[in-house]
Amino acid sequence: MSYITGVGLTPYGKHEGRSTLDLMSDAATQALADSGLKRGDIDGVLCGYSTTMPHLMLATVFSEHFGIQPKYCHAIQVGGATGLAMGMLAHELVTAGTVRNVLVVAGENRLTGQARDSAIQTLAQVGHPDFEVPLGPTIPAYYGLVASRYMHEFGITEEQLAEFAVLMRTHAAAHPGAQFREPVTVADVMASRSIATPLKLLDCCPVSDGGAAFIVSRDLVNDFGIRIMGAGQAHLHQHVTLAGDVARYGASDACGRAMAASGAGLKDIDYVAIYDSFTITLAILLEEIGIARRGEAALMAKGGEFGVKGKLPLNTHGGLLSYGHCGTGGAMAHVVETHLQMTGRAGPRQVREASLALMHGDGGILSSHVSMFVERVR
Amino acid sequence: MSASPVADWTTGTETIAHQTCKACSHVWYFRRGFCPACGSDDVAARQATGEGTVFAISIVTRAATAEARAHVPYAVVLVDVKEGFRMMGHGDRGLKIGDRVKARFEKFTGHIVPYFVKA
Repeated sequence: MSYITGVGLTPYGKHEGRSTLDLMSDAATQALADSGLKRGDIDGVLCGYSTTMPHLMLATVFSEHFGIQPKYCHAIQVGGATGLAMGMLAHELVTAGTVRNVLVVAGENRLTGQARDSAIQTLAQVGHPDFEVPLGPTIPAYYGLVASRYMHEFGITEEQLAEFAVLMRTHAAAHPGAQFREPVTVADVMASRSIATPLKLLDCCPVSDGGAAFIVSRDLVNDFGIRIMGAGQAHLHQHVTLAGDVARYGASDACGRAMAASGAGLKDIDYVAIYDSFTITLAILLEEIGIARRGEAALMAKGGEFGVKGKLPLNTHGGLLSYGHCGTGGAMAHVVETHLQMTGRAGPRQVREASLALMHGDGGILSSHVSMFVERVR
Repeated sequence: MSASPVADWTTGTETIAHQTCKACSHVWYFRRGFCPACGSDDVAARQATGEGTVFAISIVTRAATAEARAHVPYAVVLVDVKEGFRMMGHGDRGLKIGDRVKARFEKFTGHIVPYFVKA
C-alpha cells in the first residue's frame, strides 16, 4: 500500500539564475509543506538527471544540499518516463517496507542554463552514436519519422494532430504557472514554422526551467487519500530505427501490466495524464493504450472529450506542450496536476470528478513506458 | 566479445554493412559481437545492396549544430532494406513512404552518409 501524500511544482518557463539544485529544492520544499511532513520524516530520495548538472550522484548531492540523510537514495534514468518510473519505484519500496516516505524530486534550468543548440544536441544523443546521430537528427526528427509512418498507417492529418496543441494551450491558459498561456488555433499550429516534418513548432513541447516533486508514503499522513493502486513498465526498443511495430511501441504492454497490478481498467478511469512531448505522442499513446480507437484520438480531442468539462479530462495543466518540459520534472507536473484534481484543489481547472486516474509516461522515442493507476480512497 | 571493426559508411567507406547469426540466421544492423536474438557469438559481417523501401521520412529544418544547419532542409529516412533490416539514412526530399529506393553516398558535416534515391 502506498499513497501520494504531497506535491510541489514551480512555474515552468524561465528561472534566470536558478540552478538544478535550486529548482529541486523549491519543488521539494513545496511538497514537504503540502504533505505536512518534516525533513526528518523523509527516509528515501529518488531523483532523475539534469542535462545542466550531469553528476554521478545527483540524489546524494541533492540530499546533502537539502538537508536530508535518507536510508535509500539514488537517481534513475529512463528519459521522459523517469518521473513515473520513480513513482513506481517509490511505490514498490514503500510497499516492501524498505522506507516510509520517499521524496521524488526533479528540477533543471534546461532553458536558461545552456544555449538552445546545446539542449537540442544533448537530447539528440538518445540516438545511436554510430548509426543515427551522424545523420544529424534531432528529437523532433525522430518523432517526425514516427509521425510520418503512424499518420500514413492510420490516416491522421496534420490538422487533426493540431487539435492536441490547441487543447493543451486551452488548458494552460487556466494555469498561472504554465510557460505558454496565449490561446492558439489549428490555423496557428499549421502556420507555425516547420521543425521536422510533419511536426511544426507548435506540435513540439518547449524547453523549460522548472522543478517538480511528490512524496510517496506508507501511511496516510494528512487529509489526502490518493492511493497508488499499481504500475507497470515496458521497454521494447531504445532507438527509433529498431522500433518494429507502429501499432505496438510498448504503451499497451505497460498499461496491461499496470492493470494487472492494480485491478483497475480503462472503464474505471475519470482522469488521464499522458506524456505529450509532441502532438503525435498523445495520439499514439492514447490509441495504443486503448482510450481511443486507431486514428481517432485527435478527433476525440476536437470533440471536447479531453477537456476540463469533457468525459475524460487530459493534462488539465497544459501538459508538456504548454505547461512546459524541464526534463525529468516535465512529466512530474502531470502527477502533480493529477493529485490536485483528485484532491479537489485545481481551482478554475477543477474537473467534475477525478476519483481514479491513469498516468502514462514515455521515454526516448516511445522506447520506455510506465503506466500507473491511482485512486482516491477518502 | 567486441565487434570487430568493419569498413562501412560509419568508418568512412561507401558501403552498408550488417550482421547475420550463423546459429539462428537472425539479421541485424547495429554492430555487436554476438547475436541479439540467441546470444551466439558465431556472427558474420555482410554487405547490403542498399536497395529497399521507404518506411518513414522526416525533413529536418531546425538542426542542432552550425555544421548541420548548412545542410537544411535535409530528409532523414528509415528504409527497410531487402536483406531484412531497417536503417536510417538521408534521402531525396520528395521521397514517399513505400517508394522503392537504392543507396548512394553523400557528404554530410564532414563524413559520408547513405543517401537514398528512387530505384
